[in-house]
Amino acid sequence: MEKRVIFRSWWLPYLLVAPQLAITIVFFFLPAGQAVWQSLLNQDPFGINVEFVGLDNFAMLMRDEHYLASFRVTAVFSVLVASFGLVISLILAVFADRALRGAGVYKMLLIWPYAVAHAVAAVLWLFLFNPTLGIVAHWIKGLGIAWDPLLDGTDAMILVVVAAVWNQISYNFLFFLAGLQSIPKSLIEAAAIDGAGPGRRFVTIVFPLLSPTTFFLLVVNIVYAFFNTFAIIDAATGGGPGQATEILVYKVYKDGFKALDLGSSAAQSVILMAIVIALTVVQFRYVERKVQY
Amino acid sequence: MSHRSNRFVRAVLAAAIVGAATSASAQTEIQWWHSMTGALNDRVNEFAKGFNESQKDYKVVPVYKGAYPESMAAAIAAFRAGNAPHILQVFEVGTATMMGAKGAILPVQQVMVEAGEKFDQKAYIPSVAGYYTTSKGQMLSFPFNSSTPVFYYNKDVFEKAGIDTSRAPATWPEVMAAAARIKTSGASQCAYTTGWPSWVHVENFSAWHNVPIATKENGMAGLDTVFQINTPLHVKHWSNLAEWSKKGYFSYAGRRNEAEAKFYSGECAMLTSSSAAQANINRNAKFKYGVAFMPYYADVAGAPQNSIIGGASLWTMAGKPKNDYKGVARFFTYLANPARQAEWHQRTGYLPITPAAYEITKSAGFYDKNPGTDVSVRQMLNKPPTANSKGLRFGSFVQIRDMFEEEFENMLAGKQDAKKALDNSVARGNEMLRRFQRTARE
Repeated sequence: MEKRVIFRSWWLPYLLVAPQLAITIVFFFLPAGQAVWQSLLNQDPFGINVEFVGLDNFAMLMRDEHYLASFRVTAVFSVLVASFGLVISLILAVFADRALRGAGVYKMLLIWPYAVAHAVAAVLWLFLFNPTLGIVAHWIKGLGIAWDPLLDGTDAMILVVVAAVWNQISYNFLFFLAGLQSIPKSLIEAAAIDGAGPGRRFVTIVFPLLSPTTFFLLVVNIVYAFFNTFAIIDAATGGGPGQATEILVYKVYKDGFKALDLGSSAAQSVILMAIVIALTVVQFRYVERKVQY
Repeated sequence: MSHRSNRFVRAVLAAAIVGAATSASAQTEIQWWHSMTGALNDRVNEFAKGFNESQKDYKVVPVYKGAYPESMAAAIAAFRAGNAPHILQVFEVGTATMMGAKGAILPVQQVMVEAGEKFDQKAYIPSVAGYYTTSKGQMLSFPFNSSTPVFYYNKDVFEKAGIDTSRAPATWPEVMAAAARIKTSGASQCAYTTGWPSWVHVENFSAWHNVPIATKENGMAGLDTVFQINTPLHVKHWSNLAEWSKKGYFSYAGRRNEAEAKFYSGECAMLTSSSAAQANINRNAKFKYGVAFMPYYADVAGAPQNSIIGGASLWTMAGKPKNDYKGVARFFTYLANPARQAEWHQRTGYLPITPAAYEITKSAGFYDKNPGTDVSVRQMLNKPPTANSKGLRFGSFVQIRDMFEEEFENMLAGKQDAKKALDNSVARGNEMLRRFQRTARE
C-alpha cells in the first residue's frame, strides 16, 4: 500500500525540496547550460574574441577521425573496467561472505584500495608496470612477453584498466557484500536441503536476489569509467601512446584545460553528457526489467 | 571531478589569502605566478626576496601554480574572473596564445616605457628576443628562462664499447654507428633516447638544418601559416628513428623529460634533451659525461644552422591599477641586471639571455671549470638566425605538439611509416592553425 503524507500548506513541500533543487540547479543545470552555450561558440582562451559558430564545433568533431576513434577507446575501456570490476568484486564478496577466521581483516584489506586517490593508484601501477623498474613488468618479461606500455597501445590499455579496476573493486565489493548478507539464510538453507550445490544455489538464488545491487553497480561503474577515471589516465599514460588510451572525458579535459580550446571542449562534454544520459535511460528501461526487487 | 573542485578550493583560498595580505600592508603587492619547482623554485623565491629587500614600495609575491599548462589555465580563468596575477610565466608554446590575447596582456616594452624604466631590447640575444617580439618589432614579454636541446653522452659507456670519447658523435649516422657498437657490445642497456620529441625532432631539427617548420617564417610573420614538416629530409629523419627504434638503438621514453632520468641513471648512453637538464644530470650521474651540439645530417647544405629556444617568459597581465605596473617594471629591471642573469644561468643551466651575462660568466672562468655548460650558448649563436631558425609562433601549439607526438608514437609502434606520420601531422596541425586564426586577430 502506498504511503502518502498530506501537507497542509501548498508551500511547505516546495520549501523542503528547495535546498536540494538549489544545489542541483547551481551545480548541475547552470554549468550544463553554460557548456551547451559555449559549445556553440569559438573563442580565444581569454574570451576576448568570441564568435557564434552554431554547430561548427560539433561538425568539426564529427569530421575528426581521431575524435571518433576516441569513442571506440572509451567503449573498450568502459566495458573492460565495468565487467572486470563487477566480476572480480563479486567473486571476492562471495568468498568473504563465508564464515571465516579473520574475515574482518580480509574485508578491511579489500576495502582499503578505495581510500587511495585515483592519481596515486595510477602512479602505483605505473611503477609496477614500468618496463625498466617495475616488478610486474619484470615478471611479464620473464614469461617471454614483450611489454612496453609507452609504445604499445594494448599494453597501455591493460595498464589503465588494471589501475581503474583495482581502484573501484572495493566500492563494488562493499555493495555486493551488503547485498549478500541481506539474502535470507533460510532460502539458501532450504535449497541446500533440496540438494542444490553451491554453484546451483548461486545461480538460482543468490545471483537473482543480488540483481538490484548488480544493476545499481553496473550504472555506477559505467559512470565511473566514463567520468571518474581521467585522473588515472592523466597520471598513467596521458592518453598515449598515440591516442590508445584517450577516452572521451580525458579529451574534454585535455582540450579544455591544457589546450584551452573551450568551444571544442564544451561541444565534447555536451556529446558526453548526451551519451551518459542515453546509456542511463537504456539501462533503466531495458536492463532494469530483468531486475527482481 | 575532485580534481577540478580541488583547484577551485585552492583558488578561493589563494584569493582569500591575497585579499587579506593586501589589506594588511601598505606596500603594493605584485603577484607572480610561475611553474618553477625544486631548486628553480628556490631561485625564484630568492629573486623576489632580494627585490623586496632592495626597496620598500612593492612586494613581489611568487606563487607556484602548477606545471606550465596548469598555471596558464589558472591565470586565464583568473583573468576571466577579473583577478589575474600581475606577472605570469608562460612556456614558449603558449606564446602565440598570449600574443593573440590583445587586451589581456601588456607588452613589456610599453610597461617599461610608461614606468620610466630603462629597457633595451638589444641587450638580449636576438634569437631569444625575437621569439617574443611581434613582426612590427615590439617586444611583448620579458625573457626569463630559456633553454635549447643539446646532446649528452656517457663517456664511461663509450669507453666500454671501445668508442673514441675525445670527440662526440657529430652527425646522426655517427650517433647510430655508436649506438650499434653500444648495442652489440652490451655496454649499456639502451643506446640513445630523447626528451621532448616534437621540440627536438621536429622544431629544432628543422632550425638546425635551416629548413622551415612552416610558411610565413615559422608563423612569426602571419597567422596564415602552413606546416611544412613532411619534406623528404623530415621523412628521412623520422624513418631513421623508426628503424633505429626497431633495431633497439633508440628507446622511446615519453613526451616530456622522462628520458633525462634514463640517461643519468646510466640506462641510456646518449640523450638529446634540454640544456636545462644539465644541473640535474650533474647531480645524479655517477659517470663521466660529455655535452655536445645536436647531431645533424652532413649532406644538408648549411647544416648545422642554430638551434631555437624553449623555456618560458614573463607576461604582464592587463587590468591592474597603473601604479602596480611601476612595481612590475622595477622588478623586471631588477631581474635584467647582468650579474643576476649570469648567476641564474650558472646555477640553473638555462641560457644566458643577454650577451652581457655570457661575458660575465665567461670571464669568471665558469665555462673552463664546468665543461659543457657553454655548449647551449654556442649552439644558439652558431650562425646568425635565418627565417627558419629564429623561432616559431603557432596558435594552439600545445594541442599541435600533442598531435605530432601521437603520430610519432604511432609510427614507432609500427602502425604507420614516417611519411604517413608526418603527412598526418601536417594535416592535423594545419586544421588547428586555421581554427586558431579565426579567433585571434593581429
